[in-house]
Amino acid sequence: MSITDLDARVRDARAKLDEHVREIVEWHFNPETGCPFWLNWAANAGWDPRKEVKNYDDLDKFGNFEDDWLRGGPVRRWVPKGFAGKPVYVFETGGSTGVPKSRVQINDFRIDYEMFSDTLPDASFPKGSDWLMLGPSGPRRLRLAVEHLAQHRGGVSFCVDLDPRWVIKLIKRGEIREAEIYKQHCIDQALTILKANEIKCMFTTPKLLEALCEKINLAKYGIKGIFCGGTEMTPQFHRFAVEELLGPDIYFAPTYGNTLMGLATHRAPTPEDNWAIIYYPPAPRAILEVVNPDKPNELVGYGQTGRARLTTLTKDTFIPRFLERDECEREAPCEQYPWDGVRNVRPFSRFQKSVVEGVY
Amino acid sequence: MIHIPVLRQGKPYKSVDVNRAYHYRTREQIAEISQANVGLIRRDLLQQAEMHAILQGFTTRELIAIAKKAAKHFGEDELPLGDSMQTPDDIVKQISATTGSPNVMVRRNMEKVRGVLDSMETVLSGLTRLPDLDMLDRGYGDIGGRALSFFPRGHSMGVILPSNSPGVHSLWAPAIALKTPLILKPGSSEPWTPYRIVQAYIKAGIPREVFGYYSADHAGGGEILRQCGRGMLFGDVGAAKAWAGDPRIEIHGPGYSKIVLADEGAKNWEKYLDLMADSIAQNSGRSCVNCSSIWTTANAREIAEALAERFAKIGPRAEEDPEAAVAPFAAPDVARRISLMIDQEMEGTADLVEAKRGTPRVAEKDGCTYLLPAVVQCSKEHALANREFLFPYASVVQVDASEIPHCLGPTLVCTAITSDKALQRRLLESNHIGRLNFGPISTMKISWDQPHEGNLFDHLYSRRAFQSVLETVA
Repeated sequence: MSITDLDARVRDARAKLDEHVREIVEWHFNPETGCPFWLNWAANAGWDPRKEVKNYDDLDKFGNFEDDWLRGGPVRRWVPKGFAGKPVYVFETGGSTGVPKSRVQINDFRIDYEMFSDTLPDASFPKGSDWLMLGPSGPRRLRLAVEHLAQHRGGVSFCVDLDPRWVIKLIKRGEIREAEIYKQHCIDQALTILKANEIKCMFTTPKLLEALCEKINLAKYGIKGIFCGGTEMTPQFHRFAVEELLGPDIYFAPTYGNTLMGLATHRAPTPEDNWAIIYYPPAPRAILEVVNPDKPNELVGYGQTGRARLTTLTKDTFIPRFLERDECEREAPCEQYPWDGVRNVRPFSRFQKSVVEGVY
Repeated sequence: MIHIPVLRQGKPYKSVDVNRAYHYRTREQIAEISQANVGLIRRDLLQQAEMHAILQGFTTRELIAIAKKAAKHFGEDELPLGDSMQTPDDIVKQISATTGSPNVMVRRNMEKVRGVLDSMETVLSGLTRLPDLDMLDRGYGDIGGRALSFFPRGHSMGVILPSNSPGVHSLWAPAIALKTPLILKPGSSEPWTPYRIVQAYIKAGIPREVFGYYSADHAGGGEILRQCGRGMLFGDVGAAKAWAGDPRIEIHGPGYSKIVLADEGAKNWEKYLDLMADSIAQNSGRSCVNCSSIWTTANAREIAEALAERFAKIGPRAEEDPEAAVAPFAAPDVARRISLMIDQEMEGTADLVEAKRGTPRVAEKDGCTYLLPAVVQCSKEHALANREFLFPYASVVQVDASEIPHCLGPTLVCTAITSDKALQRRLLESNHIGRLNFGPISTMKISWDQPHEGNLFDHLYSRRAFQSVLETVA
């Protein structure tokens, strides 16, 4: 694709985004369809988003979304009136200590994963084949989402749960051995399912993938595609997973996602990427940008490092300008995804200093 | 650019993730070091039994001879360093560049490592106390008519190494001669010495497959300690606390090493001033065997003043200067924060060296930040009485002889200068003292024929009950 063609696609995607922004703002701030939270917010804001937001950039007028708004109840304040009477799901993120953030959803997890399904190669994730979901379920949306993905592709999903809140507690208490036993408990269940069923596709987390591959050769068990996510993945892990854990016969699809955004998919790797993990958000439903941590309304240049900023634009949920606890490099649009992406997402860390006492 | 790879059973592996080591003063990049991910380490460590089996094919005599050759290679030869080669002079400059240690200190530590490799027979005899090292090959033997048998406690030893003290490498290096594969996690600023020891051993004839060298983050270090049958950890208070109570891990945390002066020793303290100063300040105060407090039954003020007088003459010098006595901090902030912490706890006492020197403890020279020596005189209850920092620091505390050793607390090395037999007896009975010196012996002095800082043989091997009537079997 020529640069001119790509530029045209980027402009086209941007126009679609601006149109999508107007539609979503109209939905969330219309007294007939909006949710109580945003209608109240607008009543106190002194300006009318439906009149003043004409495009994506105008969302800066909202300032940064505060994640504390998502903590605690009543969660029904987030349910759009336009969905009155529809079944409502509530999913949580974090929550190992204190009140977790909650997000209500009506349709999003299905739409997000159907869109994600379109990015999976059928040869490695064969339609009609069955899945194993080995990872966090409980209050998270992953289990339902992966199950829907499997069903959407004509399969069923077996599930093994791992409770990350319990693992975090064990680690904080220094009970590493207990955490290891719990992980093995999950792996044992997965092995039982893999031995008893013909499963070709999997979702799992990086740590569980490593632990599973210590026990068996997944290719010999008939696995063809792994969709992996849930925690940070480094380029070195990416290489290790492809070269050593899985081998050439299993497709590895790293993803970056969370309850607030949905699912960002990995661009097909090239040798020049040197195993960098490059994600693109599911635009226009969610936009990921890389901003200057000290000036969050300022994008950094392509290739430069900054803090990830999320804007979620669905009828279920409107989250403008949410500063993630991650940092990454800004990635240029590409043929498959003509909008900004992010490279090598990792926890956002400003250098933490502590005094070292004692020598050795 | 020098690249230091991961060694996976001795095979170099270039990781996508690299750490960069910079010159402490110029911030010029000196090397990039491949970082191993946790899963990779974990996967490799599934092969520990195979690695262990390789070393069982050697006799102890053969391993001692190989260690002697390795000493020569380590001290004299050009050895591989990633894709390049490294001379003995190169490594001195490289360690100085990334840790800030003056050349003279680096050379001293290098000699310590070379010495332990060269004297492996003496070292093993000291560690095992066996009259016949061939017993290690047979797994059993006879001492004075009593049957004895040993078995290895694990298939490998994982070692989490420090960034600030190259001398500690002499402690784990004998593991190979004790037929134990090594899984090393180097310190971020000092990847050099462990890599060179491995290369010296390989050149001398040890199969490369028995070595793992994994520069990694904190989680990688934890995985090594969890997966290896035996472990050794060099760490600060926090790291040491996290692994306390795990009998598989020998912890080398803060030493809180001390000198005790009582009766005649306290009375004649001036005779021991050189000994005290050397124990406090050698190696820039960065070893766990550096003395960090002096406990005396008399003349505390005089001792503190005399030490302060001596230390007030120490100032920053260039890294090549053979008179350099203090090392700069690779991270200047660390020096400032340590100094601030000491000042915040100074209530009721004062840094006597600072008063005599007339300049602040934190010193800058040629773009480097130093912590100059500090001495405080205080009561045994004072917050600074029993502390240890990463520079020449000592408290001088006056106590009654009857309070010793109870008041000392955990002490890696205790040099006691006293003719009080009852006190000597109490010190001998103390379970808080790791190494006990009676008489004017520097806390820094190590005898290779003595177990020191934990006995590596006892850590790697266990005794079992053993009886045999082998002739009837034959």
